[in-house]
Amino acid sequence: MTFAMAIGTEYYLALSALLFTIGAGGLLVRRNPLIMFMCIELMLNAANLAFVSFGKEMNDLGGQMSVLFVLVVAAAEVVIGLAIVVAVMRRRPKASIDEVSVLRG
Amino acid sequence: MEAITFFIAALIAVAGACGVVFLKNPVHAALSLVATLFGVAIHFINLEAYFLAAVQVIVYAGAIVILFLFVIMLLGVDRAESMESDPIIGQRQVALLATAGLLILGIFIGVAFSGEVTGVPPIEAQQSTFEGGLAIDNGTASDKVPPQENIKEIGRALFSTRYVFALEITALLLTIGVVGAVVLTRKTKSELDPIPVVEPPALMRNFEEEIELTLNEDEEKPIGENTDPSIEDLSNDELEVNGE
Repeated sequence: MTFAMAIGTEYYLALSALLFTIGAGGLLVRRNPLIMFMCIELMLNAANLAFVSFGKEMNDLGGQMSVLFVLVVAAAEVVIGLAIVVAVMRRRPKASIDEVSVLRG
Repeated sequence: MEAITFFIAALIAVAGACGVVFLKNPVHAALSLVATLFGVAIHFINLEAYFLAAVQVIVYAGAIVILFLFVIMLLGVDRAESMESDPIIGQRQVALLATAGLLILGIFIGVAFSGEVTGVPPIEAQQSTFEGGLAIDNGTASDKVPPQENIKEIGRALFSTRYVFALEITALLLTIGVVGAVVLTRKTKSELDPIPVVEPPALMRNFEEEIELTLNEDEEKPIGENTDPSIEDLSNDELEVNGE
């Protein structure tokens, strides 16, 4: 079987765009704040994939370093975001982001 | 082999992403997110970013998704979300349109002309790696760096003068994250919290009315005027006791 197909950077970029789009669409469609956070994680992962594939194409380590820092920032963002979600849900137990459309506790 | 791995991992990642968006139960969505993260980790291995693949699995699938699941269980929102609530008319349709537009923008413009967008021609060595990645193993084995070298390079770069300041800022960010999480989730006695401000006076008033009723029954005084001042006296007494 001659499945001799070169996987270039553009394949990874297409996959990255697809993942980012799914994440963005989910962020717009869903109402549960936790699932919206998961969609943000999807978008961050798509960006990470693009970073690494560009880094490989350029033969540069900067792409992987950027992904490392994005990982740390994503972890901190998730911690703070989930803390905010917990603090909000304590007062308004209905799990919908429309409940907190007014910026007041 | 690289192509087969790519397509299998892409299938896993895209299926997991669709699961995150379309599954109604948040627990199922979190588990789909794990599938996506594993798919992206396989892609990282394919792209010779071995350390990042390990970090992806450990940090994302091991810590962040567990944190998601923990919050889901803590809040008890693990029941299915009603998809009917649509406060803005036609918001979902517009969202789907915007998503399709973003997809077209991403794939057909950003990717099909990626060489023109980035403006950098691919390096010759890298080109040979991409083209000969499948045909002969000997051609790729010399080009691929072993995983230990990748980790060593990342470690050296992380503490080089180029990235060490960003590393320090990262430490500061993590500290701020820990402190912020503790501050945000702590139960405060602030004025915004309605429970200690509103409820105790209501309970006290009911209690005083009950006392007043029992007093009236004992003394058998069916006078309506006498009840109100006595309640005020009682409440004044209570306030004084509380003040002391």
